[in-house]
Amino acid sequence: MRPPNPLKRREFLTGRVERDLLAQKQARATGLRSVSEFLKDAAGTGAPSADGARDASLKILIVDESPIRAAILADGLREAGFLLVERLAETRNLLDRIYAIDPDVILIDLENPNRDTLEQMFQMSRAVRRPVAMFVDHSDRASIQAAVDAGVSAYIVGGLRKERITSILDLCISRFNAFSRLQAELETAKGALEERKVIDRAKGVLMKAKGLSEEGAYALLRKTAMNENKKIVDIAQSVVTAAELFK
Amino acid sequence: MSTRLRIGFIPLVDAAALIAAVDCGFTAAEGLDVSLVREVSWSNVRDKLNIGLFDAAHMLSPVAIASSLGVGHLRVPLIAPFNLGLNGNAITVSEPLYAAILAHADGDIGDPAVSARALARIVAERKAAGEEQLTFGVTFPFSNHNYQIRFWMAVGGIDPDEDVRLAVLPPPYMVESLQGGQIDGYCVGAPWNSVAVGQGVGRILHFGCAIMARASEKVLAVPERWADKNRDTLNALLRALASAAAFVEDAGNRADVARAVAARLDVADGIVARTLAGDLQIAADGATRTSERYLMIGRDGASRPDPVQAAWIYAQMVRWRQTPFSEALLHDARAVFRPDLYDAALGEPVPAADHAPPDGIGCFAGPDFDPNDVPGHLAAWPKRPAVRPRLSVVR
Repeated sequence: MRPPNPLKRREFLTGRVERDLLAQKQARATGLRSVSEFLKDAAGTGAPSADGARDASLKILIVDESPIRAAILADGLREAGFLLVERLAETRNLLDRIYAIDPDVILIDLENPNRDTLEQMFQMSRAVRRPVAMFVDHSDRASIQAAVDAGVSAYIVGGLRKERITSILDLCISRFNAFSRLQAELETAKGALEERKVIDRAKGVLMKAKGLSEEGAYALLRKTAMNENKKIVDIAQSVVTAAELFK
Repeated sequence: MSTRLRIGFIPLVDAAALIAAVDCGFTAAEGLDVSLVREVSWSNVRDKLNIGLFDAAHMLSPVAIASSLGVGHLRVPLIAPFNLGLNGNAITVSEPLYAAILAHADGDIGDPAVSARALARIVAERKAAGEEQLTFGVTFPFSNHNYQIRFWMAVGGIDPDEDVRLAVLPPPYMVESLQGGQIDGYCVGAPWNSVAVGQGVGRILHFGCAIMARASEKVLAVPERWADKNRDTLNALLRALASAAAFVEDAGNRADVARAVAARLDVADGIVARTLAGDLQIAADGATRTSERYLMIGRDGASRPDPVQAAWIYAQMVRWRQTPFSEALLHDARAVFRPDLYDAALGEPVPAADHAPPDGIGCFAGPDFDPNDVPGHLAAWPKRPAVRPRLSVVR
């Protein structure tokens, strides 16, 4: 039995991302409701907010160096009725730009070292409105944990109602998680593709050296791997290395 | 079966005791299976410790105190039963600013009082000429970097909130910001001063230990509730750290330690080894400076948390108006540093520090520090108008 062809899987995945971005562009051009349909199963929190009228005026800033993830997030927020969503990918002059945008909520990727720069906003006299860290509420430990697990942190201005923030944060968490899964799948697919190449080369070596068919060469690799309690790709790598030495 | 622990750290040389404890086998010998998790921001370290994703963390000493007092953020009681490092910072300036300080100096600029007065003259000239204020980078609002650079400037007569701009920058961005001219200098820990020197974009003006001879820089911070519940595990961790700290200080192990630390930090072994030896290149022309106080990890009582240090840090928070003064807060700040837990874990009397300054801090200017009279100590410094402390934006 042969493993599923990772190449096909990879095309499928990248195809989805590209289609999604294309759909976004089209949606923007035509004003149609758009995209990220493929994330529905993973995200599932795109329901319009009951507080729609006021949410429309809530300004949300996303600080994320990953443009695809930021796009997915921004899109989800717009679908959920948050119309004023801005993105910053370039984080130089971060505070200056934040003052210019003056957001009600800032969402920042936890892997972004600029989080420490944001912290000083709590200290500054010339902050237009003083933001408060999302983590201020002790009672909401579970949702904080979920946010940190997903890799997102949020800062909000004082006085914003908690329920509204919770709905934003929930959406971010699910989108972030969906994005991580997508990335993990892509990585797996990439790794599988590399393994595939090594196995194909090893099969070629065996076919030539031992006069085997492709199936026969693969069967030999598999049998050796089982006997030695190793992965097929490791055996294949040994074969390829040995063949190089004998050249 | 061994106990699993997750410990967060920021890639800095003063995580050496923690890294050596794990990578040189000391935690394993104590039956601990430790995952060291590299982090990108102090905010992340603090929050992950707070919500229990980390059991313990390498942390800026002032952050452990700020977190315990609830200053600037959510109040999370942390304790510091081990001091991972004393000192280790330096003030680095751009070549043009160094030249200007040299030109305005009334003496040897190796003396921080001389360089601070020179800087004050430069600041005044720029103001008179209507030029932009000088900008300096620090790593976090609650950090010795922030307090040391402020202390130094203030001795020269500069008001760090009014006369210059101080900005928080992640250490990896310091060097490029100095190169790009967005900042004129910074105070940061190793290896980032050496990196700027190595790239020829800056010059180390002063070691942190020239500003304060003995300053608690990083602690092992653990949530108080975790320490209460896991006393045996904590004791095992403290024993492993104490052995590792002693191992780090033994020059015979330097190559091994430098290799382990460099691998976790992604820098060259050489920079780590020189930092540990306190022998740094300070300028592109190859000039070096050596101080046995530059970074202290396991010698001269450095590992044992000293509540006088905690009181000093709290005094700086009050001085720079991050928090008001109260005897209750001073008491709480001191209680963050736990020499009792350190002593209990090691079970042997710790020899007193031989070379510590009389007041435990040893600032280059001002009166001796009195941890029992913080308001009296702070009264020695000029009173300033009551505005909020300010950190600026890097343009």
